[in-house]
Parts: sequence; structure tokens; C-alpha cells
Amino acid sequence: MSFVRDTYLPAAPPPPPSVGALGWVGQNLFSSPGNGLLTLLGLFILWLGVPPFIEWTLLNAVWRGTGREACLVEGAGACWAFVAAKLGQFVYGRYTFEERWRVDLVFFIGALTVALLMWERLPKRYYLALFGVLVYPILAFILLTGGVFGLPVVETSLWGGLLLTFVVAAVGITVSLPLGIFLALGRRSQLPVLRLLSVVYIEVWRGVPLITVLFMASVMLPLFLPPGVNFDKLLRVLIGVTLFSAAYMAEVVRGGLQAIPRGQYEAASALGLGFWKANLLIVMPQALRMVIPSIVNTFIGLFKDTTLVMIVGLFDFLGSIQVNFSDATWAAPQTAATGYVFAALIFWIICFSMSRYSVRVERRLNEGTRRE
Amino acid sequence: MNNEPAAIQITGLNKWYGDFQVLKHIDLSVGRGERIVICGPSGSGKSTLIRCINRLEDHQQGKIIVNGIELNNDLRRIDEVRAEVGMVFQSFNLFPHLTILENCTLAPIWVRKLPRAQARKEAMAYLERVQIADQADKYPGQLSGGQQQRVAIARALCMHPKIMLFDEPTSSLDPEMIKEVLDVMIGLAGEGMTMLCVTHEMGFARTVADRVVFMDEGQIMEENVPEEFFNRPQHPRTREFLSQILSH
Ligand SMILES: Nc1ncnc2c1ncn2[C@@H]1O[C@H](COP(=O)(O)OP(=O)(O)O)[C@@H](O)[C@H]1O
Ligand SMILES: [Mg+2]
Repeated sequence: MSFVRDTYLPAAPPPPPSVGALGWVGQNLFSSPGNGLLTLLGLFILWLGVPPFIEWTLLNAVWRGTGREACLVEGAGACWAFVAAKLGQFVYGRYTFEERWRVDLVFFIGALTVALLMWERLPKRYYLALFGVLVYPILAFILLTGGVFGLPVVETSLWGGLLLTFVVAAVGITVSLPLGIFLALGRRSQLPVLRLLSVVYIEVWRGVPLITVLFMASVMLPLFLPPGVNFDKLLRVLIGVTLFSAAYMAEVVRGGLQAIPRGQYEAASALGLGFWKANLLIVMPQALRMVIPSIVNTFIGLFKDTTLVMIVGLFDFLGSIQVNFSDATWAAPQTAATGYVFAALIFWIICFSMSRYSVRVERRLNEGTRRE
Repeated sequence: MNNEPAAIQITGLNKWYGDFQVLKHIDLSVGRGERIVICGPSGSGKSTLIRCINRLEDHQQGKIIVNGIELNNDLRRIDEVRAEVGMVFQSFNLFPHLTILENCTLAPIWVRKLPRAQARKEAMAYLERVQIADQADKYPGQLSGGQQQRVAIARALCMHPKIMLFDEPTSSLDPEMIKEVLDVMIGLAGEGMTMLCVTHEMGFARTVADRVVFMDEGQIMEENVPEEFFNRPQHPRTREFLSQILSH
């Protein structure tokens, strides 16, 4: 018997999703005895941990007060009054009080730029990005250090708190990425000397802990410099942090470069694009896109590592919280714990935002290139 | 041939990969407007030969002169040659992060220094010609293989090349897409483009080629006009190859 179809079948609608809320619970949480047991165990752990934490941070917390007495109450939880009283120091460090508006202005312009950059439909976003990378750092530098336009000088030794954390992280992040790109290109170069130099640089910096680098930068470097020559401690730390993270960035970027097929280089060359143009226009955009998660991961690591500047006597956000633990006015059992929880919270908010932002960027970049 | 200088003049070309000699004493001259088809078994050095012409590969011995420019280590001259020689690859090699139109305007803007608007206009004209203008704002990943290869041809044409090199442009295409690419190539040949095509599409060779070159083990074994090449192959290796390739 033969069969020839004479009509096309119309497309049938997809079957309705079979799971309701209960169905979802059944399918995902109790699909097997083992899974069910794990779910119950998880709930038990949450029940042990969460209520006491909420009691401590919120229900029993002390919100108002001018000194330790407020937080010495029997059964008191977190001493948020301490955080409220010291917030200025946590944010600005010992930055001259009357000049704090300059820090505020830098924060404000920075936040505005980032917010506008996230607005995808903004026309000429390209120029805004250029502003962010080229103009903003100079502007911030002038505002923060002063000494021109009638702005009084504020020594970097006075900078601290969140300000210092942001300065170290921002400089480290924005300088280490291009540096890392050059190192990665160097490591893949045809020229043996360049390749060797890049490999040595990357392996040396990756092989030492950041603490060592910071110590070298702040304690040992001056010993090698001729007497009388001395340069800013913050600057030395910035250089150390940047060179350090450039090595990590180089390896991340190299990973992306390795994933670019040879055909892309060949097509670029065949069109007459030289080394720099091929890299700038064809290779790097693809390679960097591929490693956005790793780049952001490195950024987050760097951001948290800025707390290490404490050990060379700079007071970043965490550092300026810690010094205040020894303030007798606020000596209370929960002061330190409150400070650390506050620090953790702020760090988490910032790092989590970075991570979410990267997910967004990644998704947007993949939209076009994904095969339907 | 007339006394105009040849488009491509290769004499005594030898090339090695380490100890392995891929190209053995190649002599080949291609006149302006000439269409050459190169065929031969896999690994015989066809790709290597045409990649030497725009110096994606360098050679150790012999002379390659393209449009009067001799290829050596002078980087500036290499870029001059590359700007005049378009290449189409087996695997398309479109830039996946750029739209079809951007793929076509990139090199004109950055190498030929065309103003953006004019580069777009020209690119659209070429995309029109390969009948893919309606896809200009899509990304390569959204196109079929045949469409991608036509874009690759348009991208090369946007540089106004004097010579086009094709390295098995239809070999990775599904059968029903081969024709659309060959049609574009036939059109190009009709306009007098100098073309070197590595291909096993013997129908294309018969209708379009001025000469067919057969390579085996890094050497040119036989070279003839299509009529003679297909009907009266001289070398036993050529006969063997043709019988294999035409049997299915
Ligand atoms: N980069 C390379 N290094 C070493 N050997 C190569 C390289 N590229 C090609 N070959 C070898 O050279 C020979 C010719 O290759 P190819 O020109 O690609 O042949 P065809 O295009 O005719 O199939 C093959 O044996 C191949 O293995
Ligand atoms: Mg080949």
C-alpha cells in the first residue's frame, strides 16, 4: 500500500503546562524520598538560622542613642546607633569635614554616569562612556586632591572609608583591564622577547600574595629610592594593586583570545586590516564578550581585596569601621559585630550589583549573535 | 597572452612546513580577467597555494608577484596586496559580533577610509547584488550557510578587489545552497573579475574556467583548458582523480 499526503497538517497548540504551585513543589522539592529529605533538612537549617538573625539585626536592635549606654541594655541586638553616629567616618575617613561636599560631588557624578550608561536607549552613549573613562578620572582627581581653582589641598593620608575603597577599586579596575589586554596580546605574540617578558610578568605577579605586594610597595620601595625622594603612599598602593590585578586580567583575556577561531584573524588579514585594527575591531570585542563573567569575577575579587590596604596603614571602608571599635564612647558587646555585619552588607550590595549588571550586559550582547 | 603584466605571476615557488614540503616548484601565471579553477585531492596543497597569494602563508623560495607587487616581508606591501585581493573561505569566517551590513562596511571604513555613509551605500549595493540586502541588519548566526557565503563574497567585493580567491566556497554547504553561491560566482566571472577558485564543482569549472589546474602532492600535475582537461586528461593521476570525482 502506498501513501501520499494531500493536505498539510495545521500546527497544533502546545500542551498546557501541567504544573500549578503544588505541582511545582511536588516536582522540584519532593520528587524522590532523598530529595524530600534534603528539602526538609534545608528548611530545618533555615528555621534554626534565620529567626535569631532577624531578632538580632532588626527586632532587638538599638537604633537610636548617643553612646554605649544605649547599646548596653540587657538582651540588646545590633547596635545600629553606632553605625549611624560614625557613618561620616565610614564614608569619608578623615577627609576634611568642610570639604566633604567634594567627595559627594565625585560620588554623585560617578553614580549618575553609571546610571545613564545603564540606560540602553540613551543616544550617543558612546560619548558618555568616553567621559566616564577619560574625563571623569581627571575631574575626580582634581576635586578630591584640590590645590587648584581655590580648592584647599586634602592630603591623601586623610582619605579613608568608602571613598578610599572606591578610589583603589576604580583605579585598579580601569587600569588593570587595558594593561591585562596588552599582557595577554604579549603572551600570544610571535616575538619571543615580548612573549617571554609577558610570561615572566604574569607568572611573577600571580605567584605572590597581594599582601606581600602591598608591603613591598609601602615599606620596602622607599628603601630602594634615593633619600628625599618619596612619593605618595596611596599612589604606591594603587600601583601595586593595579600591577597585581593586571596579571590576573591578562590570563582572563587570554582565555577569551584562545576561543577565537583562526579564521577570524585570517578574514581580518585578508581584508587588509593590520594587527591593531584586527584586534581592536574583530578579535577583542569577541574575546572580551566571551569572558565578561570572568572579568567581573576578577573585578569583584579586586573590590574585596581592597580591604587589604588596611595592613599598610590606609583606612578603607572596613578599616575605618574597625578603628572605631576602640572608641570608648561606643564600647559595647555588640558594637564590633554590628560593624562587621554593616561592612558585609555594603560589600555584598556592591558586588551583587556588579554581578547583576554583568548578567544584563551579557544578555544584551548575546541577543543579536545568538543563532535562532 | 598580451603584453600587459599578469595579475599573478608565480615562479619556482617552494614551501615547507618544517621538514614537509607542501608546495613543490609551482609555476603559475594568471592573466587579467582570467578564471582559473584549481582542483586536486585533499591535502595536495591547493589551499596553501592560494593562501600564499595574499600571504596568509609565507613562502621560503620562489617569487610571487601580485599586480606588479612582489611579496616579501615588507608589511606595507602586504597590506597593499591584501587590499587588492579578496578572499572567500570554506567556513565563511564572517564576524559574528557584527551585523551583515557592518561586516561589509568595516574594512572599507577602516582600510579604504571611506566615509561611513558611502561605505553603507556601496555595501548595500553589493548586498543587493548577492540578493541578501533584506537581511542587512541581521547577524551572521541568523543566516543559512548559503546566505552567509554570499555575504562573505559581498564583503570581499566591498574592497573593490582586482583579484578574487575562493577556497572551496561551496564545500561546507548543503546541496540545495550550492547553486545560489555558484550563481553569484558565475555572475562575477561574467563581469571580467580575475578569479582563482579551488573547487570540486566540475560543472562550474566547465562553464566558467579559462583553465583548470590539477594539483597533487604539492605540484601542478596538469593544466589545460576545460574542454581538453575533462575530455582528454593527460596524466594518469588526473584521470584517476576525475573518475573518482565524476563517478558520483
Ligand atoms: N599549518 C600547517 N602546518 C603543518 N602542515 C600543514 C599546515 N597547513 C597545512 N598543512 C599540510 O599541508 C598539506 C596541504 O594542505 P592544504 O593546502 O590545506 O591542502 P588542500 O587544500 O589541497 O586540501 C596537508 O598535508 C596539510 O596537512
Ligand atoms: Mg583546502
